[in-house]
Amino acid sequence: MSNATHVTAAERNAFVRSWERRSKLDPRYLIAFLITLVLLAAQLRYHMFGGYERLVLALAACMATEAVLSWFDRGKIANLLSAYISGISLTLLIKPQGGTLWPFVLGGFLAIASKYVLKYRDNHLWNPTNFAVSALLIAAPERISVLSHQFGNDVATNLVIWIFGLVIAARVGVLHITLTYVVSFLLLNSVRAAALGQAVLPEIAPITGPMYQLFIFFMITDPRTVVRGRRRQIVVAVLIALMETLIRFGSDKGWPLPTAFSVAPAFLALALVGPAAKWLDLRRIGRQTAVPAPSRAAPAKLREAEGDSSPIARGAR
Amino acid sequence: MRLDRGPIRPAADATHPGFVLRDETAAAGIHFVHHRPTFDPKIASIEPHVAALGASVSVADFDGDERPDLYFTNSRFGEPNALYRNRGDGTFEEVAASAGLADLNRPGDGVSMGAVWGDFDNDGREDVLVYRYGYPALFRNVDGRHFEDVTAHAGLRRWVNSNGAIWVDFDRDGLLDLYVTAYFRDVDLWHLETTKIMHNSFEFATNGGKNLLFHNLGGGKFEDVTDKMGVGSTRWTLAAASADFNGDRWPDIYLANDYGPEELYLNDHGRRFVLTTAGLESESKSGMSVTLGDAYNRGRLDAFVTNISERGYLFQNNNLRLNQMPETGRFRNVAEGALADAGWAWGAQFGDLNNDGANELFVANGFISADRGKNYWYAMSKIAGANARFFEDAATWPPFGNASLSGYERSRVYLNRGVAGWLDVANKVGVTDLYDGRAVALSDLANHGAVDVIVANQNQPAVLYRNHPDSTNHWIAFRLVGTKSNRSAIGAEVLLESGGLTQRRVVDGGSGFASQNDRRLHFGLGAREWVDRVVIHWPSGARQILPRPPIDQFVTVVEAQR
Repeated sequence: MSNATHVTAAERNAFVRSWERRSKLDPRYLIAFLITLVLLAAQLRYHMFGGYERLVLALAACMATEAVLSWFDRGKIANLLSAYISGISLTLLIKPQGGTLWPFVLGGFLAIASKYVLKYRDNHLWNPTNFAVSALLIAAPERISVLSHQFGNDVATNLVIWIFGLVIAARVGVLHITLTYVVSFLLLNSVRAAALGQAVLPEIAPITGPMYQLFIFFMITDPRTVVRGRRRQIVVAVLIALMETLIRFGSDKGWPLPTAFSVAPAFLALALVGPAAKWLDLRRIGRQTAVPAPSRAAPAKLREAEGDSSPIARGAR
Repeated sequence: MRLDRGPIRPAADATHPGFVLRDETAAAGIHFVHHRPTFDPKIASIEPHVAALGASVSVADFDGDERPDLYFTNSRFGEPNALYRNRGDGTFEEVAASAGLADLNRPGDGVSMGAVWGDFDNDGREDVLVYRYGYPALFRNVDGRHFEDVTAHAGLRRWVNSNGAIWVDFDRDGLLDLYVTAYFRDVDLWHLETTKIMHNSFEFATNGGKNLLFHNLGGGKFEDVTDKMGVGSTRWTLAAASADFNGDRWPDIYLANDYGPEELYLNDHGRRFVLTTAGLESESKSGMSVTLGDAYNRGRLDAFVTNISERGYLFQNNNLRLNQMPETGRFRNVAEGALADAGWAWGAQFGDLNNDGANELFVANGFISADRGKNYWYAMSKIAGANARFFEDAATWPPFGNASLSGYERSRVYLNRGVAGWLDVANKVGVTDLYDGRAVALSDLANHGAVDVIVANQNQPAVLYRNHPDSTNHWIAFRLVGTKSNRSAIGAEVLLESGGLTQRRVVDGGSGFASQNDRRLHFGLGAREWVDRVVIHWPSGARQILPRPPIDQFVTVVEAQR
């Protein structure tokens, strides 16, 4: 009995050590694992690619752009994991007209180039995939659409991705962003439905779809583009949901919005709110760090005071 | 593989397609207007969507005067179907009531969705099956003027919410069998016990009605052999077509399924069908119609399947699937650009409209044209990506109201330029209507060597486009009469060879969406002044060769007895 107790304790310690070791992993590895899981489920169960050349081109465009621009920008080739995540995301999200392949190449280029060009205080502002897909949708809706119902409308597959997604979001410290957005979406769109006299179910239905899975697990929680501080992250997630609700309200009322807004309101909401929030955040931090520091430990304390000690934030730097 | 075998003359181009299509509907005396059905008020909120099918057209020479006649179906209780007899002077007279084929849309029986013609009793007169949301109705052609309802005697009175059927002699016994496709499962759409009647996935649905195969036993009787033959797909089939795709001389069945991937059932020597993937599973879409034709003069029957495209929202893209079954066991999709995106595409047909020796494609488009200022696409996008529970129940769909859904789209006429691609010349040749096209059928209505186009439009008037091709091109057409094979020669394939030109056509027992072409096979020859030879593969398995048949005329070929 006593031995058994000791073994259990030892095992628990090993588990804790393993858990702690994994917590020090660059969160991008976990995210890469999840997106690869989504990719495999999409292809093996639903034949969703529409051609492997799309995957190859998107990955090649992202990785080549990352390699070249990081070389020019920093004098060395950056870790290509982010490019891998962007490439797979684009493969899943972009649904082109006919056999068109250029959206995967241009999308890959836009996604990665946005990180090196659209910067403020040495930080990029847009989630790369979100920027690329939003830009393509706005510029060429006659040539591309985005993932909608190609994932089978199936409970089982979606459930697997939700479970893995939530666990990984918890591990990398962004679960509060995901949950805040989901709750905000449900509440705000229920209110919108009530205000417009519409049934609630169709208005909250979109969040059960695959596009939203990619959105809440890969875009809105992107370590490099979220603001710093748990409370601020929650506020921004609410604001994104609010912007999306406004876009949907406009679509309901027939406002003359570009097609992209009706097609992918969540993406466009993030593309509008996310960079603005990030810019304000960087500006705020810049002002604070511009004050002469009393000691070398001050910036770290400042970050701690902001509640910015999550692995995700560590990975972001 | 060569894709560039073209006519000797310079290829047709956008500035000179080589033909003009003129709307001569009124002049021909065709005044048919389709009326969509109304259903149980419980699904009234999305009735425009559920009731968006039913306009069909089929071609048959029902009175045996060697002039093709036209049959249109209607879909509202009390509204008659129309049978237009070809007078031979460019005009038609409507004779459905006297023939007994008008009053087919009745409470208790259902409403018509389409019709296919075939001589199921081999008496030399074309009979017709009308498929409905309801009971199918089989009519025997009594004397070339009157039809007798023989559904019950045939053993076919069984409720099927069907949008398609084809005649096919799957066991090659010389008797036409019947494959009936099903869309909604077998609920009574006027007396619903539940509103959970919709699909359970937008791309992988399997909860549609069950397709049925009826074996013709002779004596006017049919037997349900669906399960025995393994062809009972429940994938919301909208269209079927049949031909021998793999060269084993047995007719296979190709299905275009809504909310799901296409399916190919290969015929195993008439003993059973084997569902094969054949490369069709990788692009799961919304198949609206399937038509067969030799797209690139390879001597093969390729498949063109229409799908849905809407800017920004969805590109499911039409498929032009090259038949590579004998070599690789697969089809290869080569549709791209304008050919892939025709809008919300419905019926389509291959036909050599300019007689240059290469098939053009006519594609009807548009789903629901209502209020131009209201677009249902955004509303549908809310549920389309969601979990199935949100849309299996018609009651949870956003109300349709008076919105349009891919409305006011024009038809496409794709000029075949071989390796240079397919070019939409609809405006150039005079096809400009914005009706909600559904069924397309091709027929040389005036027997003058030009393939005309007839389009049945949903809830709107039918249109007859008379074809006026360049007179310099030659042509030849074949009227086949089976002896050992079914008399209609449905399933017979003709391979024509002429000065480097090779082309294959099949006598169809239903093709496209809710349509059937003239069963006489028309070949354009361009400037070629002779045909080297014609090989006919009869459904019985017999092969017949015609050396140097005369051109610029119809050639009647009776199946050799030995």
